Amino acid sequence: MPKKVMLGNEAIARGAWEAGCRVAAAYPGTPSTEILEAIAADYREIYAQWSPNEKVALEVVAGASVAGARSMAAMKHVGLNVAADPLFTFSYTGANGGFVIINADDPGAWSSQNEQDNRHYARAAKVPMIEPTSPAEAREYTKLAFDISERFDRPVIVRITTRIAHSQGVVELGERTEVEPRPFERNPQKYVMIPAHARPRHRFIEEQMPKLKEFSENSPLNAIEWKSKKRGIIANGVAYQYVKEVCPDDSVLKIGFIWPLPDRVIREFAEGVEELYVVEELDPFIEDHVRALGYSVTGKELIPILGELTPEIVDMALNKKRPASDIPAYSSKIPGRPPALCKGCPHGYVFEVLKKLDVVVNGDIGCYTLAVLPPYSAMHSQGCMGASIGMHTGFEKARPEMAGKSVAVIGDSTFIHSGITPLIDQVYNRGTGTVLILDNRVTAMTGHQDNPATGVTLMGEETHELDLEMLCRAVGVRRVRKVDPKNMLEFENVLREELEAREPSVIISSRKCILTK
Amino acid sequence: MKNVIFAGVGGQGVILASKILMEAAMAAGYDVKESEVHGMAQRGGSVDCHVRYGKKVYSPLIEKGTADFVVCLELLETMRKLEYLKSDGMIIVNREKIDPAPVEAGLEKYPSDIEDWLKANVGKHLVLDTKAALREAGSAKALNIVMLGALSNYLEFSDEEWASAIRALVKEKFVDMNLKAFALGKGLVA
Repeated sequence: MPKKVMLGNEAIARGAWEAGCRVAAAYPGTPSTEILEAIAADYREIYAQWSPNEKVALEVVAGASVAGARSMAAMKHVGLNVAADPLFTFSYTGANGGFVIINADDPGAWSSQNEQDNRHYARAAKVPMIEPTSPAEAREYTKLAFDISERFDRPVIVRITTRIAHSQGVVELGERTEVEPRPFERNPQKYVMIPAHARPRHRFIEEQMPKLKEFSENSPLNAIEWKSKKRGIIANGVAYQYVKEVCPDDSVLKIGFIWPLPDRVIREFAEGVEELYVVEELDPFIEDHVRALGYSVTGKELIPILGELTPEIVDMALNKKRPASDIPAYSSKIPGRPPALCKGCPHGYVFEVLKKLDVVVNGDIGCYTLAVLPPYSAMHSQGCMGASIGMHTGFEKARPEMAGKSVAVIGDSTFIHSGITPLIDQVYNRGTGTVLILDNRVTAMTGHQDNPATGVTLMGEETHELDLEMLCRAVGVRRVRKVDPKNMLEFENVLREELEAREPSVIISSRKCILTK
Repeated sequence: MKNVIFAGVGGQGVILASKILMEAAMAAGYDVKESEVHGMAQRGGSVDCHVRYGKKVYSPLIEKGTADFVVCLELLETMRKLEYLKSDGMIIVNREKIDPAPVEAGLEKYPSDIEDWLKANVGKHLVLDTKAALREAGSAKALNIVMLGALSNYLEFSDEEWASAIRALVKEKFVDMNLKAFALGKGLVA
């Protein structure tokens, strides 16, 4: 087979293509973004789209699966929170055409607001989950996920982490197998989850779990590599690679089937070694399971629950040493190089003004979140996509006097993702706050993707360009102002007027991202 | 096993340099792995790539104390990578300084002793002045390739292998410029 050096995310796109995937949808989010970009660039047999958010992406993919096509959604870990509602019920309705969800966790929070461990979702939603340990396996496991999905009538999650998504490796390439869509049969008992249908579907998936467990027990994704039986280490994902690197003489059990876990394989391994360890990033997911099987095991006492693992962390934890170097430490202070807004960034003008007026800023997710740092230091709350507007309303309800001294700040793409409903809430519940939509006509933070306001699709077709001003007026905001933030004086005047107005207002800060043409 | 770290500032082309090295290594029959930084770190922040090649590579990250080469496109970034270098490892660094935001804002100072410190403490190090080479190559954007050319003096791949790796990864209209930059970089090492 031909080989190519590929990014983990590109390998997933390749795997989906080879598996005969026909429909893919996502909302951009580091570290998952390149999956759909690679599909749109290189694998045109797959229809690919950016959805306004992850929930919609998952629903589009669920629809395509029910219609019979092999389909795939991709998202970052916090994106699966947005899509959790469809996930839990599409777990009941299952798959027709292969239904695959790529979930990219971000241990270390390299580019995220938290470090949640989404392995818990597999167990909670009763959905099988598999996890590769390299880009080569990312391709292979993605293909396999479609087969598992169709065989067991379940959506399947492929979990990766940043260090798989954004690492490169040699990947063997296969050809595409065309898979014709399966027939769609009207079957409301399976696809319409009224309580009377949901209860038997719940029974069905509970009955599937032991079959999936048996499949996991026999799957080559879980592999014992016997060496010295003095010490045995169970590991998953990139942690497996670190263990192989720094503990070449120990026996290793690689867990590629995260849920359901293979109890018999774990028992065989645990009983074959003198001391048992689990090396996993984030939560003690495998460790707790091993302990529940009745084995004493060392895990989080040694392996950090916080952050990303590295070879030296694993080396120090398991071997109490790491390679020594004679090179001394540099004693002068090394100034940090934090990320910053680009020179000439339109957001910069906005935050200059916000800083000057000293208002409380309820922020959101995007490049502009960097305004929390110097030189602006002008953001005071932020949590998740779209939270700025709802929190802004909460501020006003708790402290009515704050309405004229605070704003919500949200980017165009984030507004479309989940800012529209809280704006409706603000109008409906008689709020008077001022919302700033920083409209730079691109989803910038994740690397300049198109969105419904840019008028271009992921596949490069021209489409309707969402009119944000008309949208805000339609939900009932009468005061909608559009201002170029580079004209800072005018921007400041408009902001002062809208802060004083005792009714909801939206200021659309309209200027293209400096990095786009 | 060879462990190479490329480091620099977002936008300097660190990832492309590492991709070319990987391509050359794979073409020569090695297993290759690499790890890179996307997202938040690219907004003018520090960027690094770990490249490893050999008979069989497990970890995509280089363990501290085991890097054979640290190739830095900016002077200060070298100092963040020191703990990765093994005792007889080599630093190849571009003599250019790019002030980080806290230095620009006057809150912190750019250390003035970096070159002297490297001279005193790192046996194998090269501080390169790339300005003339970049002028001759015709583009300041070729810095990554100039530095790769300098590194190539110490790796086992032939000029032909490097050239085909560059051809595989660089847009066609930039191939000649990059081949020239590579040769100029190679020539910077006496």
